[in-house]
Amino acid sequence: MTKYKTVFASLDNFEKGGVEVINDDPKNYVFSNMFEVASQSKPWEKVAIARNVEYVLEAIRAEGVSPWRVTPHDEFAIVVDGEVVIELLDPEDTLVDPSSSGSIAVQGEPKGVIMGKITARRGHLALLPAGKCYRMIADHPSVVILQTVMGPDTIERWSQICQKY
Amino acid sequence: MAESSLVVSEAPNEHGYRPFTLGGFRFERDEHFVHVTWPTGRHVAPAEPFLKALMRDVAWNFFYGTVNFDAVIGTLNHYGDVDLFAGRFNEEYRKAELDHSENFPHDEIKATFQAMLDDWVNEDFDPFAAPMETGSAYGEKTGSNAPAVTRTRIAAKRMVGLPGDEPLRSDESGYPVNRAFLDVDQEEPKVEVTEGYENEVSAFNFFAYLSRSDVTWNPSVVSVCRDSLLCPTTEEFVLPIIHGNDRVEWFVQLSDEIIWEVEDRETGKPRAKVVMKAGDCAAMPADIRHQGFSPKRSMLLVWENNSAELPGQIARGEAPTVPVTF
Repeated sequence: MTKYKTVFASLDNFEKGGVEVINDDPKNYVFSNMFEVASQSKPWEKVAIARNVEYVLEAIRAEGVSPWRVTPHDEFAIVVDGEVVIELLDPEDTLVDPSSSGSIAVQGEPKGVIMGKITARRGHLALLPAGKCYRMIADHPSVVILQTVMGPDTIERWSQICQKY
Repeated sequence: MAESSLVVSEAPNEHGYRPFTLGGFRFERDEHFVHVTWPTGRHVAPAEPFLKALMRDVAWNFFYGTVNFDAVIGTLNHYGDVDLFAGRFNEEYRKAELDHSENFPHDEIKATFQAMLDDWVNEDFDPFAAPMETGSAYGEKTGSNAPAVTRTRIAAKRMVGLPGDEPLRSDESGYPVNRAFLDVDQEEPKVEVTEGYENEVSAFNFFAYLSRSDVTWNPSVVSVCRDSLLCPTTEEFVLPIIHGNDRVEWFVQLSDEIIWEVEDRETGKPRAKVVMKAGDCAAMPADIRHQGFSPKRSMLLVWENNSAELPGQIARGEAPTVPVTF
């Protein structure tokens, strides 16, 4: 029986594929690699690696302690490398307009009820619930993919991260 | 299963399979092939790939845009009604005026395709399974496989694993780890919850969930952010359809490797190969068709925008062809 080896990648070990053009512009495919993006990012930068109208997937280099953030809608975090602790807090006051898009930073320490804590490693997917605050802690450089809506802190640097030729 | 009155079919042929008629199209199968005829032409396709494509078309409700079964036969979804076509997206068929297309109400074409699957899939063949995990599609009719052909698409309302939402997979629930993913870590995240927040503090082992998928090339929804849907799937061998996009679609390769053959949506002329390795992220533009090849079972995250506004924008030609320009 074949012994299969599942290949995952990481910050320290990734190999990119690419677009092999026959009759097209490679830029149409907006091709990047999440680990390469995270390897070139500052901690907690929210760099879009996919965008579909207002929706984005962001690659986040998790390293140290993030600022507290609050999200107007559900977000979802997939840890794709390393280990990340996610702390969740139910704020005393409404800190974000529910009709807005994308999470925003919270100034200082938010007051409220501690909801719980998630310790997530590679392959784990966590809910970041609407209206609630969260922060992430990573003792070692890790990578998170965030499913969210484009917000004020989303960074678009397509020409730097994508295959052009 | 009770058959819809919308289905037009006849008594079984000498191989045991019923012929079906849908407007000007007629479908027949024998031991090896499916034969399709229409007023201006005919087509023959091997039974196995045809049934695999038919299965996806039904399970996905005709999906987003065009589902090409092969270079000739396929469907085009108008979200309420559906075109069944022959040669419409084949330049040479069009030049020769052999192409044909008819529009059907969604319920009529779906009932006919479902009845075809029910009758033409034999007891040991599962159209969703990888080639090494199923029996043969060929030969004379031998029984049926209703559990396989009536699977519903898993679609979480908020996130898999939340109370009241789609459940996690386990040995006990009939989802053992697939033979190709035996090395995938099965440990769940550590979740510490303050009483009263059980519906909001939640996480699960997404890769373990995928490692237990019993189907291939069948995206299911695991998390929902407004109209943004994470639709992961496990892939092995060849995508049984050639998907013609009507909107931008995104692929994120979570493990292993897939090679995508990309062609022009209208003509089928080759445009690119997209080689995706673990961690790669790529868009499929809205004017192409694509087919994937996964040498080893892999984990692919398909990311879709399910906005109700998109079909109208697509119909008016207002939907963007590429997601960003730079």
